[in-house]
Parts: sequence; C-alpha cells; structure tokens
Amino acid sequence: MSTPGETLATADADPKSSLLQRLTRLAQDHWRTLVLFVPFAWLLIFFLAPFFIVLKISMAETTVASPPFTPMIQWVDEGIMHIRVVVDNFAYLWEDDLYVDTYLNSLKISVTSTILCLLLGYPIAYAIARSSHTTKHILLMLIILPFWTSFLLRVYAWMGLLADQGTINDLLIALGLIDEPIRMLYNTFAVYVGIVYTYVPFMILPLYANMEKLDWELLEAAADLGAKPTTTFFTVTLPMTVPGIVAGSLLVFIPATGEYVIPDLLGGGNVLMIGRVLYNEFNANVDWPVASAVAIALLLLLVLPMMLYQHIQAKEAQGS
Amino acid sequence: MNNGKRSIFLLSTLSFGLAFLYVPMIMLIIYSFNKSKIVAIWGGFSTKWYAVLFDSPEVWEAVALSFKIATVNACFATLLGTLAGLALVRFGRFKGRTLFSGMISAPLVMPEVITGLSLLLLFITLKEFIGWPDERGFTTITIAHITFSMAYVAVIIQSRLAGMVQDLEEAAQDLGAKPLRVLIDITLPLLAPGMVAGWLLAFTLSLDDLIIASFVTGPEAVTLPILIYSRIRLGLRPDINALATIIILVVAIGVLIAGYIMLRQQRQRELDLSMVAEEK
Repeated sequence: MSTPGETLATADADPKSSLLQRLTRLAQDHWRTLVLFVPFAWLLIFFLAPFFIVLKISMAETTVASPPFTPMIQWVDEGIMHIRVVVDNFAYLWEDDLYVDTYLNSLKISVTSTILCLLLGYPIAYAIARSSHTTKHILLMLIILPFWTSFLLRVYAWMGLLADQGTINDLLIALGLIDEPIRMLYNTFAVYVGIVYTYVPFMILPLYANMEKLDWELLEAAADLGAKPTTTFFTVTLPMTVPGIVAGSLLVFIPATGEYVIPDLLGGGNVLMIGRVLYNEFNANVDWPVASAVAIALLLLLVLPMMLYQHIQAKEAQGS
Repeated sequence: MNNGKRSIFLLSTLSFGLAFLYVPMIMLIIYSFNKSKIVAIWGGFSTKWYAVLFDSPEVWEAVALSFKIATVNACFATLLGTLAGLALVRFGRFKGRTLFSGMISAPLVMPEVITGLSLLLLFITLKEFIGWPDERGFTTITIAHITFSMAYVAVIIQSRLAGMVQDLEEAAQDLGAKPLRVLIDITLPLLAPGMVAGWLLAFTLSLDDLIIASFVTGPEAVTLPILIYSRIRLGLRPDINALATIIILVVAIGVLIAGYIMLRQQRQRELDLSMVAEEK
C-alpha cells in the first residue's frame, strides 16, 4: 500500500489512481442505477423472495425432520427431477371447521372494529380539523403521542382495567352498581376494546388530513341555501371525506385482521383469529407447511385491500 | 341552536376520545406506585417496583439489545429508505418501477405474522444453502427491522420531496452543477429534517416490535418487547407497570420537545414569510 503523498505524486502513473478516477466517473455516470439498485436488491432478497419460500413450503408435506417439511424438488435416480406439489394443506384448511371459523371470526372482528373506529374517529377528526391553529397542534400531538409509546404496554394497560379485580369492576362495585364483577377480560369484548384503542389513531390521522384540505365554505353555502345540518352532513361533508374514510378504514382493517398480540393477551384462549392460529401452528405445533398455508390464505384475503391502499397512496403522492 | 348542539357533541366526543386514549396509561402509571404485589389491589404508595426493575439484570440486557438493534436499524433504514424515496420521486419512469413501489409500500400494511414467518423461513433456507446466518439473533432481527422500517422512511422522504420547491436544485443545475453534485449539495441537505424524522420513526418501530423479532430471533437474543411479553402473558406484574411508566415518561418528554421545536420552526417560517411579503 502506498501512502497518500506517494499516490498524489505519481497520480498519473499509478494504476490504482486511474482506477479511482474510473470509479468516480463510473459513479457520476451510473449513480442513478446505484441509488436504485441498493434498496431494490434489498427488497428483492428480504421482502419478495421470502414469499416464494412461504408459497413453496405451503405446498410441501409435514415430516419429522429438520426442516420439518418435504422438499419440492427431489432427484429420483440419475438426473430425473421429480417435482412434488401438494395442495393438501389448503384442502385441510378448507375442510377443517376450526380454520374456516377462525377465518370468518377474524373478518367479523376486524370489520366491526373498523366500523367502531370510524364512529369514534370521525367526530374526533372533525373536531380537530375545525379547531383553532394552536389547539389543532396540541390535539394532534395528543393523538400521535400514544403511537410512540409501546404498543404492547398499551394493550397491557387494558388487562389491568378489565380484569375481574380490575379498575373498572372495582369502581362499579364501589359505586354499588353491581355486586359481582362483570367478566370483561379474556373474551371478544376485550379484543374489540383493545383493537379500537390501539388502532383509532390510524383512523383519525388520515381523516384529519383529508378534512384539513376541505373547502369549509361549501358547508356555509349549503347552510345559507337553507340545508339542514343533517342534510349538509350527508350531502356535502360525508361525500367530501370519502377518501379519508377509505384510507383510515384500510389502515385499521388490514392490520386488525392479522392481529396476534391483542387476541392473545386480551382474548385469552377464547377468541380465534388467523394471526394467532398462524403463530401457534408454527411455534407450538411446529407444522410449517400448515402455518405457511395459513399465511398464504391470510395474504389472499388482504391482497385486494392492500392493493387498494397502495393505489390511494400512489394517487396521493402524485396529487401533492 | 343547532350549531351549539353540534359543538357540544363534538366536544364531548373529543373529550371521550382523549380520555379513552389516556386513562389506561394514567392508571398504568398510578398502579406502578402500588405497594401490593397484586397489581389491581391498592396497598399504599411505594416505589419498590422501580427498585425491583433496576435490580433485574435481564431487563438491562434486553434494553441494551433493543437499543443496539434500534440504532443500527434506524441508520440503515434511513439510508435505504432515502435512496428508495429519491428513486421513486425523482427518477421518473424506469424498468420495474411498479414492482419497486409495490415492494416499498407493502411492508406498511403487511400483517406482522406474515412478515415474521416469511423472513424466518428465508433465514432458514439461506442457512441450508450458504451456511449464513449461522445463528439467529442480533443480525437477523436487525435485517428484519430494516426491511419494514425502510418502507416508512421512504414514505416520509417521498412526501418531503413531493412538497419541496425545486428552485434551488434548478438554479444549481443552471449554474452548471452535475446532477450528482446537485443531489449531494442541495437535495440531501434540504431533506435532512425528513431524514431525522425517518430515523426517529425507524428507531421507535424497531424498539416496539414484538412479533417479527420473536419469529426471527434465536434462544439467546431477548429484546425488550419479547421480555415484557413473556412476563405479562401470565398476568399483571407491578414491575412491568414501573417499566411502562418510565417508557411513557421518556416518550412524552421526547414528543413534547419535538413538538415545541416544530411549532417554533413553523412560527419562524410564518414570520419569514410575512417579512418577505412586507418588503414586497
């Protein structure tokens, strides 16, 4: 290795330095390719490729081995390739009532939670959008703040509130409203509370972003022309906020469908959801092919909402 | 009359919403000072659970590991996410653009169980074929976190780039600066606040992740969420209340400071604009 001084002195003669120059020129000419290549390659390897592996394993058979599934490609005799594709795992999911029920139950819970988030989030977003400049800032910060704290601990907080000897039951008993604690933890009710609690900011923020850009003078115009507040709401406000409603609903619906932590901690063993079944199938039952098949089934359920969300995002990016 | 009714309705929903968001956290904090071992029963004021927490070496190890992963993740995710955002906003059409933008925004909405499972299966397959990663833990969790955090950074960078006035960049180009120079000297410094926001978001996301980390980790590496989860699965624990209190306070102070800085910057910008307007 030469010292920097030497390199400088013999810059023209040194092949290394010309290599450096060439590299610099290369970087100048092809930097766009480089800028694109690095994140592109990363995502191909760590995001796209894994899905094909999941798809492959979902079509294998479970065996007692390491890894616990049969290979797709086997070499039978010399040079004869034998490809095994098994759709049994999907048939198994379809025939087993447990999986079908879980599937439907997840959908029911996520759709209901989305509607609850919308009913709670819409007036909140509206109130924030219509408040004064400084208040708006403070309210938004209050909505975003829980985002930054631990999701897990926010779910945990509800365990303390809903338990048989929890805060809410204690309060109701102390007030003389009930004699015995109401069972609120480890059932579907607790799961709804948990999902609405953790996901309502995801509903409020897109709605707010949508409402903030609205032309409020249209509302005044409608009122001036004699429309009742309810009429104005259903004919002017609501149609104008559809993009926000759709974006917020997707942001709640998609992650809620695959939720694992909330049904596990607040639902106990009583609430069946796909995310939890997938996790248990993989970790407790060590049935990788069935877990992979569940993952593919979940993905099929969510692929349309996900594409719709992406479409909205892309349109948003072009618009601004 | 109707207006009054409506604002009462809005105000009460807003108050209910904020109470709904904050009461659970406030109760969590109150019960962290509970003397009784059973979380739900008040037994007098005490700070002993904080002492229990600070004396626990596993907690400190988990905190150290989580911070290490979060820091490395945030740096790489900011780098990759910024490059991706630049490519998507400034490169126009290129081959594979649809695939690229799809892969960038999909992690934002992908259920964590799927991301976790698929990455674990990738790591296992890779080990079978190339012998890497030898063991799962710090490296595999960090790679998994970078993969989803970079998507969030890319979204922030995309929106900042889209909202940026291109005057300075065009001026530099007119004065003869090559595109790469313009990028390094003009665009990137202008993007710096967005990159800081992206870094912080990536850091927090990593610190918060339980599911993906529990899929791709090995037996040795216990991150903070994995530790918390293994403890609260079995029920309420006063030392976890103490830990939650500390986390909530740190985050609240951080967000307040960030909010204050942003508000001041905005006021400054408004002041600048009004001064410009006056001079005209």
